[in-house]
Amino acid sequence: MTEKIGVYVCHCGSNIAGVVTVAEVSQWAGEELASEGVVISRDYKFMCSSLGQELIQKDIQEMGLTRVVVAACSPHLHEATFRTACKNAGLNPYLCELVSIREQDSWVHTDKEAATQKAKAIISGGVARVAHHESLEPLRVPIHPDTLVVGGGIAGIQAALEIADAGFHVYLVEKEPSIGGHMAQFDKTFPTLDCSACILTPKMVQVGSHPNITLLTWSEVTKVDGYVGSFAVTINKKARYVNTDTCTGCGICWEKCPKKVRDEVFEVGLGNRKAVYTPFPQAVPKYPVIDAPNCTYFIKGTCKACEKFCPTGAINFEQKDEEITIPVGNIILATGYDLFDAKRIPQYGYGRLENVFTSLEFERLSNAAGPTGGNIVLRDGKTVPKAVAIVHCVGSRDQNYNPYCSSICCMQSLKFAHLVHERTGAEVYNFYIDIRTPSKGYEEFYNRLLEEGTNFVRGKVAEISSVARVPEEQGKLVIQVEDTLIGKQRRIPVDMVILSTGIQARHDAKEVAKMFGISCSADNWYIERHPKLDPIATMTDGIYIAGCVQGPKDIPASVAQGAAAAARVLGKIQQKEISLEPVRATVNQEQCSGCRICNDLCPFNAILFHEETMVSEVNPALCQGCGTCVAGCPAGAISGTGFSNDQILSQINGLLLLRITDQEYA
Amino acid sequence: MTTKPKFAMYWAASCGGCEIAVLNIHEKILDVDANFEVVFWPVAMDAKYKDVEAMEDGSILLTLFNGGIRNDENEHIAKLLRQKSKILVAFGSCANEGCIPGLANFTPIQEIVDTAFSTLTTENPDNIRPQTTYAMPEGEIHIPTLYPILKTLDQVVDVDYYMPGCPPESHQIAAVIDLVIQVLQGKAELPPKGAVIGVGLSTVCDDCKRTRNIKKIKQFGRIQLQHSDPELCLLEQGIPCNGPATRQGCGALCPAAGAQCIGCYGPAEGVIDYGARLVAAFASVVDSNNPDEIDQIMDGLVDPAGQFYRFNLAGSLLKGSLTAIRSISK
Ligand SMILES: Cc1cc2nc3c(=O)[nH]c(=O)nc-3n(C[C@H](O)[C@H](O)[C@H](O)COP(=O)(O)OP(=O)(O)OC[C@H]3O[C@@H](n4cnc5c(N)ncnc54)[C@H](O)[C@@H]3O)c2cc1C
Ligand code: SF4
Ligand code: SF4
Ligand code: SF4
Ligand code: SF4
Repeated sequence: MTEKIGVYVCHCGSNIAGVVTVAEVSQWAGEELASEGVVISRDYKFMCSSLGQELIQKDIQEMGLTRVVVAACSPHLHEATFRTACKNAGLNPYLCELVSIREQDSWVHTDKEAATQKAKAIISGGVARVAHHESLEPLRVPIHPDTLVVGGGIAGIQAALEIADAGFHVYLVEKEPSIGGHMAQFDKTFPTLDCSACILTPKMVQVGSHPNITLLTWSEVTKVDGYVGSFAVTINKKARYVNTDTCTGCGICWEKCPKKVRDEVFEVGLGNRKAVYTPFPQAVPKYPVIDAPNCTYFIKGTCKACEKFCPTGAINFEQKDEEITIPVGNIILATGYDLFDAKRIPQYGYGRLENVFTSLEFERLSNAAGPTGGNIVLRDGKTVPKAVAIVHCVGSRDQNYNPYCSSICCMQSLKFAHLVHERTGAEVYNFYIDIRTPSKGYEEFYNRLLEEGTNFVRGKVAEISSVARVPEEQGKLVIQVEDTLIGKQRRIPVDMVILSTGIQARHDAKEVAKMFGISCSADNWYIERHPKLDPIATMTDGIYIAGCVQGPKDIPASVAQGAAAAARVLGKIQQKEISLEPVRATVNQEQCSGCRICNDLCPFNAILFHEETMVSEVNPALCQGCGTCVAGCPAGAISGTGFSNDQILSQINGLLLLRITDQEYA
Repeated sequence: MTTKPKFAMYWAASCGGCEIAVLNIHEKILDVDANFEVVFWPVAMDAKYKDVEAMEDGSILLTLFNGGIRNDENEHIAKLLRQKSKILVAFGSCANEGCIPGLANFTPIQEIVDTAFSTLTTENPDNIRPQTTYAMPEGEIHIPTLYPILKTLDQVVDVDYYMPGCPPESHQIAAVIDLVIQVLQGKAELPPKGAVIGVGLSTVCDDCKRTRNIKKIKQFGRIQLQHSDPELCLLEQGIPCNGPATRQGCGALCPAAGAQCIGCYGPAEGVIDYGARLVAAFASVVDSNNPDEIDQIMDGLVDPAGQFYRFNLAGSLLKGSLTAIRSISK
């Protein structure tokens, strides 16, 4: 045995020492593993403290250790700490192995004797493994200073502005004709009830005129190549049929356009727009788009009213989709959410019972710039409701639909109750399971609603029906609910029902995630690198997430994430170059048969296939070392740095403390 | 009399195909005769074990040993030939990794014997079973004792080189013989000990002419049940071809003939467990995320043991079933 291995066993206060007899383990390793190359074994109260680290460094320098095994917490927590300690003492950081005797031992066992034995086995595995480690150097790649932000909702807007204000260039891609996202559809925002447009539009205008922002609306990303520092992103700019160089946004075209189209996106079906349109008056950019499938000219070949009346001749029916490819160093995904489809709960009658509305419909109904001018009326467009039911948690916290809490519905329901009260004086009933108002100013808002005289009924609504049982129910919508506070079934007749539909991941979230090489949770929210400590980074270097794409949240949280993602990107840009973990997969070109089994396996799209030579290759800058392809390659042609057969098998042998002898088979 | 180096070949638990493959090298066999003195080769010439026992240790230059170690006779000769040979080659799939005889490692000895002595076509009215020792008037006689499971050659003795294949392809055998002759003439060097010889570096797919795409499998099916596209990779058509995992060497014979590779050339370089590798690979390209559908797709592989371990059960990490490993010969 030529390696000189040092073993350091941590007490982690009583976290480990409370269950594992640390001193015994350390002594055992020094004696029993001497034959495996262990020359020193120590235990210490907190190995991660600077004193603990100094112990290791001193031994490296004075005893000439060539390998280090630290038995402590999980590599997730302190691998970097101990690697850096080794590096500072002149030992290649990858010659250090951190084995977990806390998460995998002391925290999950109560039998002290057995846990102590297990710690020995774990350390024995680490010692056997570390002997096969190699010195590695991190990969260095330059960072392109430009950034791509996908999604122009409030999260994307915030991120783009922060980066642009810091002096770096941003491409903001939005698939709709205007930025703004869902927030642009609201009238008032909880809990302060400030006017959504008043706080949003100034930011939109800033984006539109910022010298550091290239705004690409009516556009979608179609392909992402490359890796952190140098992505090549292909964007499809859909034909607008309007020349943005000459268009002044005067609005004559949509005034003159004879074709009315139901607006299913911005007005959620409650209002109309023209075939040439901007989704709302404050749209940014101000240029309209022609909705070709609905345009009379595109359907019948005649009309061109817009072209005729456009004072600057900006209409161009010949325009084609345009594909551009841009280089960027980092990407922020802020593609937001979809509303839960209320039709999935048939007993609530949405789509069948006229005066059942979704939350987003109500937002448009109550919006001063909306289809009713902000008048809260029934679907007939004129009748003011006298009694309104607001149903919380629709599609959320329900094992049949979305098990999670949409986090914003309680507050939006309270906001709705307030607006109904204020504008109609109607009797308002809020049906809730639990009221959840955990953020700043939220509980106060709830108290305000209680004082306003809203009726709060605790219970999950069973059914909404138009079938009357008693004369008072005639012509009404009846809410059937068990009021759990009084323990009684109740039937409450109302004129209007607002379903506080929850939010869910976008219908295309999975495909978009795949294109960018990141992963989704079971509910299709994008997965953060760490739920607490790194909520805006993803497992793919250079790709960040912000806003509701990461999970349900309100505007303040979306803005905070947008800003946080921007800060992370700015930090990366400032470094000009980044180092990547050298734990990567590589394909042995001679061994690869070109069977193509691995080609679609990589969650980070790191594998490419060369048609000419019929071999596959891993792009080291994209590879995250996850090992999927290594396990998948039947030819054994792919190896993962740090996870060679020798390393894994010797660790298993070490763990077993004895080798399985052939005796057993004879 | 002669100073030609000595050559031996032996069959243990095997079918005899490997011997035929050696004879199948046609006129090259004359080179064997010209360059070697054949001292022991039961299939081709008469010889007694005691003749081998009488030879000097290390006096045979090259021994091709085919067959697995199923009984004490196999083991005795394996050890004897190891002692007498300079170069011992595990020749053919059985010696390398157990091959078809190794598939019996799933079954306890008693069951194997019962099956063999009570099939429909076996006439055995007294339901007799073989005895390993039997007292005759002339004295006690012995037949070899079965081991609980079949072992590969290198599980019993030290092996210098490995030459897989069921059987090894004749052109590969000829090439290896050529190489040894060149080494004898000082024109070439032997590969490092432990090397797999008579093979390529990659897998069968490397030689296969069929076009292939990114693989996504929605259904597995047996080849006889479907019409396959002769130009397209079989695996992509749901026919479970073992080519991706099987050592290159045969020239992709089976897929060229329209049949899937069944894996006779064994695992690729550096692969520890052939079957596990292949399971992982097939599972990786199953095109579904729905557990029920996945089960349904996997049900298309009707004989997993035969699919994944047909040739290499004895040499796998598993080696056999526990009931077989613990079974005792009576
Ligand atoms: C009815 C309702 C009322 C609410 N009221 C309030 C409130 O009063 N106060 C509050 O704090 N929060 C409220 N919320 C929550 C609020 O809407 C969200 O917190 C906020 O909109 C999240 O912003 P975002 O940028 O993450 O997503 P979004 O607003 O959804 O923006 C995402 C943007 O990305 C675009 N996009 C999507 N996919 C792509 C793609 N592939 N390529 C390019 N662009 C794409 C979309 O078109 C959209 O413009 C409410 C939510 C609902 C449903
Ligand atoms: S799975 Fe292995 S052999 Fe097949 S193409 Fe990929 S690297 Fe090559
Ligand atoms: S180890 Fe393989 S599958 Fe995993 S990231 Fe790297 S190339 Fe992709
Ligand atoms: S048919 Fe078999 S050998 Fe040929 S490429 Fe497909 S998997 Fe490989
Ligand atoms: S294709 Fe496979 S089964 Fe057929 S000969 Fe070659 S290695 Fe053997």
